[in-house]
Amino acid sequence: MSPRMSRRRVRPSLALAGTASLALLVTACGGSGSGSSSAPKEFGYLSVTENTAVKTALTTLSEGACKTQNKALPLKVETVPQASLDQKLQLLAGQDALPVQFAAGNAPALTKQLDTSGKIADLETELKGLGVLDQIEPAAVSTVKALYGGKLAVLPYEYNIEGIFYNKKLFSDNGLQEPTTWDALVAASAKLEGKGVQPFSASGQQGWPLTRLISDYLYRSLGPDALQRVADGKAKLTDPEYVKGAEEIAALGEKGYFGKGLGSIDYDTAMNQFLTGKAAMFYMGSWALTNISDAKQNKVGVENVGFMPFPAVTGGKGAIDQYPSNVGLGITLAKKSFDSRTGDWAACIARNYGATALKDQGAISGFKVNGDIKDANPVTTQVRETIGASKQNVLWFEALFNTKATTVSQTNAASLVSGSMTPQKFMQTVQDALAAK
Amino acid sequence: MHRVLGDRRAILILLGPALLVYSLIMLVPMVWSLGYSFTRGNTIDGFTGNGLDNFQRLFTDDAVRDALWFTLKYAAVVTVGQVVAGYLLALLYVFFLKRASALVRTLVFFPVVLPTVAVGLLFQKFFQVAPETGPVNSLLNMVGLDSIDFFGSAGSAFWVLIAMDIWRSMGFYAVLLFAGLVDIPDEVLESARLDGATGLRLVRHIVLPLSLPVLMSSLIFSINGTLKAFDSIVALTNGGPGNGTSPLTLYMFQTSFTYGDYGYGSTVALLLTVVCLMVSLVVYRVSRRDLTEG
Repeated sequence: MSPRMSRRRVRPSLALAGTASLALLVTACGGSGSGSSSAPKEFGYLSVTENTAVKTALTTLSEGACKTQNKALPLKVETVPQASLDQKLQLLAGQDALPVQFAAGNAPALTKQLDTSGKIADLETELKGLGVLDQIEPAAVSTVKALYGGKLAVLPYEYNIEGIFYNKKLFSDNGLQEPTTWDALVAASAKLEGKGVQPFSASGQQGWPLTRLISDYLYRSLGPDALQRVADGKAKLTDPEYVKGAEEIAALGEKGYFGKGLGSIDYDTAMNQFLTGKAAMFYMGSWALTNISDAKQNKVGVENVGFMPFPAVTGGKGAIDQYPSNVGLGITLAKKSFDSRTGDWAACIARNYGATALKDQGAISGFKVNGDIKDANPVTTQVRETIGASKQNVLWFEALFNTKATTVSQTNAASLVSGSMTPQKFMQTVQDALAAK
Repeated sequence: MHRVLGDRRAILILLGPALLVYSLIMLVPMVWSLGYSFTRGNTIDGFTGNGLDNFQRLFTDDAVRDALWFTLKYAAVVTVGQVVAGYLLALLYVFFLKRASALVRTLVFFPVVLPTVAVGLLFQKFFQVAPETGPVNSLLNMVGLDSIDFFGSAGSAFWVLIAMDIWRSMGFYAVLLFAGLVDIPDEVLESARLDGATGLRLVRHIVLPLSLPVLMSSLIFSINGTLKAFDSIVALTNGGPGNGTSPLTLYMFQTSFTYGDYGYGSTVALLLTVVCLMVSLVVYRVSRRDLTEG
């Protein structure tokens, strides 16, 4: 081959290589838009694997009351494990690829961050414009606003209070009354343990069912502003009165009240332990009513399940009727894809979700219940009455924490309760994460 | 051929595309990542320069110190375990099983092709204490011992991780080292045997020195892989309990993608790169020695 010939053949190859590399560069470096509006092809819903209630209710709506909206914009559900949700959201947000509707992250801080950067829809304005803002219960609106810096950042698919569900039969078989003080609760646990009954079931893998106990103890002993003072820098988790909360919960674990292998127990297993009668108590939010109302899951019988508030701490500044409340898995809508069809869906949800969730699953949401729907069972009635009568609500342990402190708290909770981390060290670790810039 | 390879233009054409692709997918991200080390922020909030703050933080961060210590400990133990188990298996194939080794080799190699997540779940079930008692704890109960919560403390979780990773990869190293052992000429082994070298003496004085190059390659492979371990740890313990089994890779991932601090995550990645570079340099330096000399 002569040099001239080879050169002639080489030029197109070089041009091809150049074009290919340019294409690669463009593909690698090109963004996908700057958040401007883009018409969605589906009503994408990114949720967490552990929560099936919202998914089920939305599917029911898509086949019933919101059939027309679903035809225009089909519902498509995608789930990720709750522990991976924050990572997924941050990556999607970074790529400007958030779905139409998505679970709002484990820490409210992340949602606030998304809001500041203009990624999520202003639901108050949008719902007002659609004429359905009044379909959300005022209590739910105020809880959402308390969590998200005064903004209606998420839809209240759930409106929950938290407390201890207990097995009435196991309690009566062992001669126990509903404990109203912390000391009585500890004594009841000791009695159950002595009779070979596991007092509590809880998920150490998720961590938050354990840290909730710490915050409840703090709210009862130090008052309803206990964690706000930490957020404001007026108190530290390492202060002795705060460490005491961690010590009390760790002591329950030390006595074996949570059973074996707590760190390996996931949410579903913990729920299953309680609903099959293997544990006497289960601290959970009222979203658990969905599982309690399901005869397939609840083997102890719905009539055997009771609900009690977290007990009072003797001499404490908090009161037993201050319920930890939340809107469960807050779900928000992306600003970019909020068009008229998304609006139609949102309006349909606002008008019909409350009744659908209560009728089909016995679940309480922050939406108004339109129509004459009877409660699924007495526990649901009891919880609904408690919500109605509740005078003051409190938040949960990580509600005011940043993402890092939330993760650190929840991943170390099992270590605290299983005894491989001291209460002092636990609180110090979370405080350090809280202080991290 | 000489004319082609002597032509600069030809070299450019032959190497250019590969070099370009390599630069785009390796060098540019590395330099980019290095740039992030001097910033604070993420893709949601945007990035702002913060000088050397991340590096300063790196030296005072207890979590980094713990993760680095775990990474080095894990890499050392797994490397030794993988290579020693692989070498013993290779010796078994060559000197005992001989031609009948094909089936055993296949069986031992099988875990290598299994997905890491599947192996992680398998070991979780194997060592679990609740809600069901796993086979290991059942065995302990059978001999009158109490169940152990293997994943309840960092110490026991570490050893389960080690066992899993050695079991998972020893088949690969056994095959690699087997290839080195079958390369040793039969005449050399035969003459050594005639000189009276058998058993351990044969291995120590003949087999080991002659298979040292492939043994060194295995070590480099293993160290490189274990320093960057991520998937197997996430699948089995997810770094827990707490951060008791968190290597640098997982800490870097969490810092960047969970805590949304890309800048500091990049700084942790840089530390991992430096550690890998240092370890590789040490291994190369050792392997450059003439191994046939006493």
